[in-house]
Order: sequence, then structure tokens, then C-alpha cells
Amino acid sequence: MIDADLMLENVTVGYRSRQIIRKQTFLPFKAGAISALVGPNGAGKSTLLRAIAGLVPSTGELRIGQTLLSSLDFEERARLVNYMPQALPANVAMTAIDSVTAAYAISRRSAGSREAITHAAEALARAGIADLAFEPISRLSGGQRQMVAFAQAMVREPKAFLFDEPTSALDLHHQVAVMRIMRSLAEAGHAVVVVLHDLALAARWSDHMAVICGGSLVAEGRPGDIISQQLLADVYGVDASVGLWHGALQIAVKDLAPASMKRHG
Amino acid sequence: METSVIDAIAERQRRQLAIRLLIVFALAVLCVATAIADVLTGPFQLGLADVFTAVFEPSSLDKRILVVVQDVRLPQAATAALVGAALAVGGVEMQTVLDNPLADPFTFGISAAASFGAAVAIVAGLTIPFVSIGWIVPANAFVFALASVLIVQAIARFRGRSTDTLVLVGIGLIFTFNAMTGMLEYVASEQALQRFVFWSMGSLTATDGTRTVLLALLLCVTLPFSFMASRALTALRFGEDRAQSFGVNVQRLRFWALFRASLLAAATVSVVGSIGFVGLVGPHVARLLIGEDHRYFLPGAALVGAIIMSASALLAKSVVPGVVLPIGIVTSLVGLPVFFTLILRSSR
Repeated sequence: MIDADLMLENVTVGYRSRQIIRKQTFLPFKAGAISALVGPNGAGKSTLLRAIAGLVPSTGELRIGQTLLSSLDFEERARLVNYMPQALPANVAMTAIDSVTAAYAISRRSAGSREAITHAAEALARAGIADLAFEPISRLSGGQRQMVAFAQAMVREPKAFLFDEPTSALDLHHQVAVMRIMRSLAEAGHAVVVVLHDLALAARWSDHMAVICGGSLVAEGRPGDIISQQLLADVYGVDASVGLWHGALQIAVKDLAPASMKRHG
Repeated sequence: METSVIDAIAERQRRQLAIRLLIVFALAVLCVATAIADVLTGPFQLGLADVFTAVFEPSSLDKRILVVVQDVRLPQAATAALVGAALAVGGVEMQTVLDNPLADPFTFGISAAASFGAAVAIVAGLTIPFVSIGWIVPANAFVFALASVLIVQAIARFRGRSTDTLVLVGIGLIFTFNAMTGMLEYVASEQALQRFVFWSMGSLTATDGTRTVLLALLLCVTLPFSFMASRALTALRFGEDRAQSFGVNVQRLRFWALFRASLLAAATVSVVGSIGFVGLVGPHVARLLIGEDHRYFLPGAALVGAIIMSASALLAKSVVPGVVLPIGIVTSLVGLPVFFTLILRSSR
């Protein structure tokens, strides 16, 4: 077990210091669980994720286990927390295994070529794309490229994984494949934080959910406990019914919410 | 996961890397061969034995042959290869850090700035006490080229980090310097104009041993840093955010890569004038041959650049018997079809 929770306390992020986690608020992303960050466009989900990775300045306390992330330099931080942006560029003249080897070797200068290659081959196999190892990146489909990106993230063996909308632009098959990889990472003891646009996907796969709206945290907890008709009206401005179907949380959006439904504008 | 599958993949990848190394080695052999052919070719026919004697036992050789080998052929051939390598390495770094396959070391207007510097020196007839006239033009070209680099870097520091901004500033500088050069050409005397036009075509004939050595020294200083950055440059191909999440300090990498490329470009343009397309085509050919793992890509591109320049130098001497064409014209004419092919391929 890796067992390193990712904890956020009094965090403000961004150049204009948007306060996403309010003062005195504590937001834990548990090791061994998938935590989904959801909310409308421009809510600040990706910004929060990027702040955890150190790509956007932030104040407050970001910890992984007992380690304060702000006390680490660029490279050390990247070794503990891996941020994966949305899509891997297609115009790269490298094969899948080249790109995964590169992701491994970048912060392990002492690693021999043999060691790096073996780790890369293992990561490709774990991502289920061992058969694509020698395909040029430019010839892969969007879904296949996303699997290469996952192999890149996994080969680095960080304690926490941060995924920024990994399922957007993927077909259903690849969406589920991606969520299953995240589940296996969580089961191996990693903290997995993922920004998802698809609320149904988030409700189905995540153990913990944080709803962010207008730059602040509005709800947090188990998906079944926090998703309600009222929350969807408040956060997304939609009229939806929420219920259980075959034991899984289901959300059916009917229309835009009438003004009378919203508690605040 | 079945270890046999992983072992098979690892084994095949090791073979792939060995093949890449072999390609780099083959390029090195080809590079030496074209450079030797370059030394041997010219109005005065030389044999391989003459060159070896000139290098290892100069006292036993005919004085005239010695002069041709030591003062003309060797410095020119070495300069051609060095310039090609410098421009191609600069091209790789620029294309990677700007994430733009059409970038080359002259993207930021370095060549235009150097031309303006040379025009100032030639037209104004600059003289500096104790400095030979042959040095003033390249020195002034270098000063102006370096100034344009510093302008771009300063703007990059103050105004955002976007690579598009950098490229736009570079384009602005090209137009500015070209306009100022045009103004100087307009007022220049016929003699100065002729000298300037010849300089701007790019030629190896102005080189001497000292300049070749200076260029070689500059490459020796910058190349190790480029190679040390090769893993970070490879990571940057996957996007800025991703590279950063791999622990690469992208700001620092970009600054130093641009600095190295600009320094090399400024040095080459001041020694041999503006040489087109090598910095663009060299990296593209190397990319097609060995891919973008910069540990192989950088040396591969350096060698391809050197080969292109040596071959162009050879061509410049042999197309019209008895006449040596300016090499800048030859590289552009050879590079143009390649350039159009690349554009058409990338826009497909």
C-alpha cells in the first residue's frame, strides 16, 4: 500500500487568487479511492488540479501524507504527484514505447536504458496496449493515445494521480477502459483525483466527489449522499431527477431549471 | 501480466535503439566522406595523399599545394560542416521549444538583424583601430544578431510566455531590420552595395582558420548543454503541461534552448552570411530517419545538417566549372523543393 492521502487546507489558487477551498476548510483526497472533481464549465476544477501539480501558484497547505508539496522543488513534486492534461499531442514522431520510456527516464537520470525499457513495456501492458508498443503516436486513435498517456503517468509511479478530463472526446469503450485503469490505481493504494464532465460517469465510478462552482467548493462527500435534484439545479441550472437503478446512481436531465428551483442565481 | 510479452517488447525496443544508433553512425561516416570530398574538390585538383601530407607532414609538400589545403580547402570544408551542424542543432531546439515544425534558428529575425549589422559596417565603412577590416563586418553582424536575440528574450520575459508571441515578435523584427537594411542599400555607394549583396548571399570564401576555430569552439561549448537537455526536450514534445508534470522546468529549458540556438545562428550568419533552409530541413530529415527521441535526434540532425552543407559546398564548386557559387544560394535552391514537400505533407 502507498497510503498517502492528498490533503488540501485553506487553499487559494490562480493568479487572481480565487479561493477554491474556503478558509478553515479541509478537503482530503484519500489514498485508495477515486475522487471526482465535478462542476460547470469555468468552475475552477482544472485550475485546482493544476495547482495541486504546481503548474498554477497557490497558497494554503497542500500535503501528500506528511509532506508539504510547496516545500518540494519541481522535480521532487512531479515524482510524488502526476498531473495528466487532457490529450496527448498527435504530431509526435515517436512510437508508443518511446514516449513511455521518455516519461520514465526524464526524472531518473541514473536509470539504465534496459531498466527504463522494461518499465515502459510493463506500463503499456498494464494500460492494455502492449500490442501498440511500436505504433507511431501519430497513427493512433484518440482513445489509443489516451491509453499511451495513462501508461506515461503509470510508469512514473507517483503517489497521487491527477487526471484532467481523461474521458472527454473518448468513445464509450475507451471511457470505461480509462475508468477501469483508475480503479486499478486506486486499488493499488494511490490517491486518484479526476476532473470529469460527465456527472453520470463520475457518480458511477467515484468513491468521493467534490462539487466546485464559481471558484468554490459547494459540496463534498459520497456521490450518493450529495447529488440531489436541488444540487443539480443550483450548480448546473438543470431540472433533473436522481435515483437508483440496479443499485447505481442515475441522473436523468429533463430541462433547464426554472428560476423558482434555484436557491441562488 | 505475462512476463514473456513484456520481455519480447523490451527485446524489440532494444533492437530498435540499436538500429537508431547504427543510423547515427552511418550518418557520421557519410558526413566524413562528404567533408573529404569537399576538401578534394575545386579548381585545383588535390589527391587524398596531398591532404594527409599537408596535415601530418607539411614541410615535405609543395608550397602552393600547402597553401591551398591549409588556407582554403580545410577551413572552408570544416566551416561548411560546422555551420550545417550548428544550424541543424539550433533548428531542432527551436522547433521543439516553440512547438512549431517550421521554426529554424533564424525565426526570430537573427539573420535580418545580422544583415543589417553587416550593412551598417559595409555602407558606413566602419573602422576600429587595431581591428582588421575583414573582422569588422562579421563582428558587427554578430553584435546586431545578438541584440535581436536579447530583444526577443526580454519581450518573452515581460510579456507572457506564449510561443506565438515570440514568433510574432520575431516576424516584427524581420520586417523592421529588412526595412532598415533597405534604407541603407538605398543610400549606399555602388561599391558598398555590391559588397553587401555578395555578403548577404552567404559564402564560405571569406572564412579563414581563426573563424573556423571560433565556430568550432562555440559548438564545443553549446553542444554538451544541448545533449544534456535532450531528455527534457523529448518530454516537451508531449506538451508543456505534461513536460512540467514530468518535472521539467519548461521556462528555464525554453530560455536556454533559444539562447543556444540564437548564439549559434548569430555566429554562423556572421561568419558565412545567411544560409537558408539547413536549420529547417536538417531536423526534418533527421526526424524522418530516427524520430524525435532527442538523445538520437540531436546528433542525427547535427550530422544531417553537416552533410547537407558539405554536399552544397561541393555542388557550389562543381555546377559551373571554374566558378564557386555562393553557398547560401545553393542550400536555398536545394532546400526549396524539400520545404514545399514538407508544407504540402503537413497541410494534408
